[in-house]
Amino acid sequence: MDRAIKLQLSTSEMNYFPDEVIEHIFDFIPSHRDRNSISLVSKSWHKIERSSRHQVFIGNCYAISPERLIRRFPCLRSLTLKGKPHFADFNLVPHEWGGFLHPWIDALSKARVGLEELRLKRMVVSDESLELLSRSFVGFKSLVLVSCDGFTTDGLASIAANCRNLRELDLQENEIDDHRGQWLNCFPDSSTTLVSLNFACLKGETNLSALERLVARSPNLKSLKVNRAVPLDALTRLMSCAPQLVDLGVGCYENEAEPESFEKLMAAIKKCTLLRSLSGFSEVAPICLTAFYPICENLTSLNLSYAAELQGNHLIEFVQFCKRLQLLWILDSIGDRGLEVVASSCKELQELRVFPSDPHDEEDNNTAVTEVGLVAISAGCPKLHSILYFCKQMTNAALITVAKNCPNFIRFRLCILEPNKSDHITSQSLDEGFGAIVQACKGLRRLSVSGLLTDKVFLYIGMYAEQLEMLSIAFAGDTDKGMLYVLNGCKKLRKLEIRDSPFGNAALLADVGKYETMRSLWMSSCEVTLGGCKRLARNAPWLNVEIINENENGRMERNEEDEREKVDRLYLYRTVVGTRKDAPPCVTIL
Amino acid sequence: MSGFRDVCSSSGSVNVMIGVSSPAEGEDDNAAAAALSSEDSSSPDETVAGTELDLALGLSIGLNRSRNHSSKVRSFSSSLLASSSSSSPARESGTKRSADSSAAASKGQVAVGWPPLRTYRINSLVNQAKSLPTEDGLSSNIQKDTATKNGVVAAKNDEVGFIKSPMLVKVTMDGVIIGRKIDLNAFDSYEALAKTLEQMFFHTPSSLTTTRCKETRGASELLDVSSEYIITYQDKDGDWMLVGDVPWLMFLGCVKRLRIMRRSGETGGGK
Repeated sequence: MDRAIKLQLSTSEMNYFPDEVIEHIFDFIPSHRDRNSISLVSKSWHKIERSSRHQVFIGNCYAISPERLIRRFPCLRSLTLKGKPHFADFNLVPHEWGGFLHPWIDALSKARVGLEELRLKRMVVSDESLELLSRSFVGFKSLVLVSCDGFTTDGLASIAANCRNLRELDLQENEIDDHRGQWLNCFPDSSTTLVSLNFACLKGETNLSALERLVARSPNLKSLKVNRAVPLDALTRLMSCAPQLVDLGVGCYENEAEPESFEKLMAAIKKCTLLRSLSGFSEVAPICLTAFYPICENLTSLNLSYAAELQGNHLIEFVQFCKRLQLLWILDSIGDRGLEVVASSCKELQELRVFPSDPHDEEDNNTAVTEVGLVAISAGCPKLHSILYFCKQMTNAALITVAKNCPNFIRFRLCILEPNKSDHITSQSLDEGFGAIVQACKGLRRLSVSGLLTDKVFLYIGMYAEQLEMLSIAFAGDTDKGMLYVLNGCKKLRKLEIRDSPFGNAALLADVGKYETMRSLWMSSCEVTLGGCKRLARNAPWLNVEIINENENGRMERNEEDEREKVDRLYLYRTVVGTRKDAPPCVTIL
Repeated sequence: MSGFRDVCSSSGSVNVMIGVSSPAEGEDDNAAAAALSSEDSSSPDETVAGTELDLALGLSIGLNRSRNHSSKVRSFSSSLLASSSSSSPARESGTKRSADSSAAASKGQVAVGWPPLRTYRINSLVNQAKSLPTEDGLSSNIQKDTATKNGVVAAKNDEVGFIKSPMLVKVTMDGVIIGRKIDLNAFDSYEALAKTLEQMFFHTPSSLTTTRCKETRGASELLDVSSEYIITYQDKDGDWMLVGDVPWLMFLGCVKRLRIMRRSGETGGGK
């Protein structure tokens, strides 16, 4: 039967079912995008969908207001919010730019939403917000904060003390002011529900006995990531009372491990037969890694990217036994040889990230990874689909080989440390190499390009990268044509971020409607002018066009500004709630 | 919020806390030792964006501060960028225009936020205390200018004469679990260094060191021959040497880390 008719019939048939049944059917569809599609089918489906929606993902907290969110989804239980644009990670966005959590908590609290989970990325969180959160939602279970800032351990104390059903407290790479208080003590003795606790990013001391007691009374604890202040013997004790751990984050400074404490550690580790994921290891002596040999065959996830003390040979010795590894984050000190070992040992590898141990190339170090390592990985790991690779040199030939070996890439991010660096053998641009990647990897959703690149690479991207959703460009391209190829070609593009590239008003203004299909556009140190941005803002009232000024001393004087003045940082995004009211002086919203 | 603090502090139970008292731990040593920016380093929003870094030579990260003296940077770095690898005129003008956010005095350092690594990650690399020779003040400036949270000193350009940026090395002591970090550039002699080490390791509350260490307090003068302890350092070649034998500046040039050893451990060579 014709599919369209089938759908029509089934919709109308379905409407004979009571709402609860339809709701139940919708429960089997967790994907946000599918749920969004469902809500567009008909008015009744829209109504049913919204009242049964429990999980909402908001990629840009300024695209919608908390009040509208709650009106539409009153049964909200799990909320994910993202604040600052991605380049805020690299200090290109002033701290006070925005992304404040408080209005959201305030609104959710007032509306008595039954919030259970909150996941935040690049938001500004205050202790007051955390306290309000902890008091407002009785069933609150899970708090995940990634790259957030603005709060202190006092805020954590309120969460610990008031969230009686807390299962997950996961702090990833946040800037937290550590008051060295007793926040761990604030978990009441009756609190036994913890499943996941990650405080690796805390800089201060840790109350070890409070931690040990907490772990001892949390039989469901599966994931524990401690910070640097937890020394080896404490770690041993923790592991001994939590042999059920699946995910462990180690972080201790140990000058030399005494033989006895090392033995004890190994014994404790041996008992952790469920351990699958290992991370941390900042400032550890190599010997600490060897203690994990007994379980390394079980590991599916290994993050040694903070272990700058470990040298290539230590890493290789360990990784070669991790036959079941699916995720590996490592430093480039592993070298090409190390990656060859990974390629031959880790056949299940799906995601690889290689970070630079010497980002500014200060040491005269020739042991870091090159294109050779990348090719080896692509040849040896058939399941590889995500890669982030920092290196000092690359060639088109290598990229072409990688593309041939690995057509399954979903995420491909290559960062050659020196901007505009050409193919180090042929001295040509890397257009052909990246072109091969986009042509071969039909499912590519995320791409970051680097090295010497002309407009041609963007022609390729526009032509071939049909599934591309996020593109990061730095120091690339020659003319506006480059950006236009991308805007015109990549139909599924959602996020475009560009820095230090010669794209200007012509590219920016060519197709204003395109930005309605995208979440956001970032352009910094490009050729767009104030006049161009103003024109854009005039033609697209449903966009917030933000200019972030260098000089934070005040808003631009309207009469004095020169329309030909180049804009230092432009960030635009679609929104249904208009201009935001919380922008700081350094941000001008046109 | 103060309510919570009260609750926490009056919890009463005896808690063993292993750590170090103020000036806190390694990272705060940066703040203490470095020529501070006027940004308060204890503010919660200690992202690098809040770090004062006025650079002519080296990485300019404090772009968003009004104190950013970008004009000097503009001309200097544009000429540098122009001489870097093949760039078409279009690109050159593009990057030249962005030179106010760029400064490059050595290979690899080009612009704010490049390479694209989270502050958190960059800090973790810096805190591995790679020390650099200060004869080549330029490169030491550059390396330390991959800013830490607490503010790395500004390196003014050669008109003014450069201020040394912090040279961080790890210091460990036998019997003490958690090491410290100090800025060797804050000292001008072995005496000054020894005094500070004494302060750090011997005049601290007892909870911080093991009982063994507490008993043997006979280290009033670390450099004294009669002292219970000796200071040693690991040099570039990985060898452990006694501190004090070579001229101070030469010492700065080759020291990688420090260790305060019990004198009896000298022959044993540690574990």
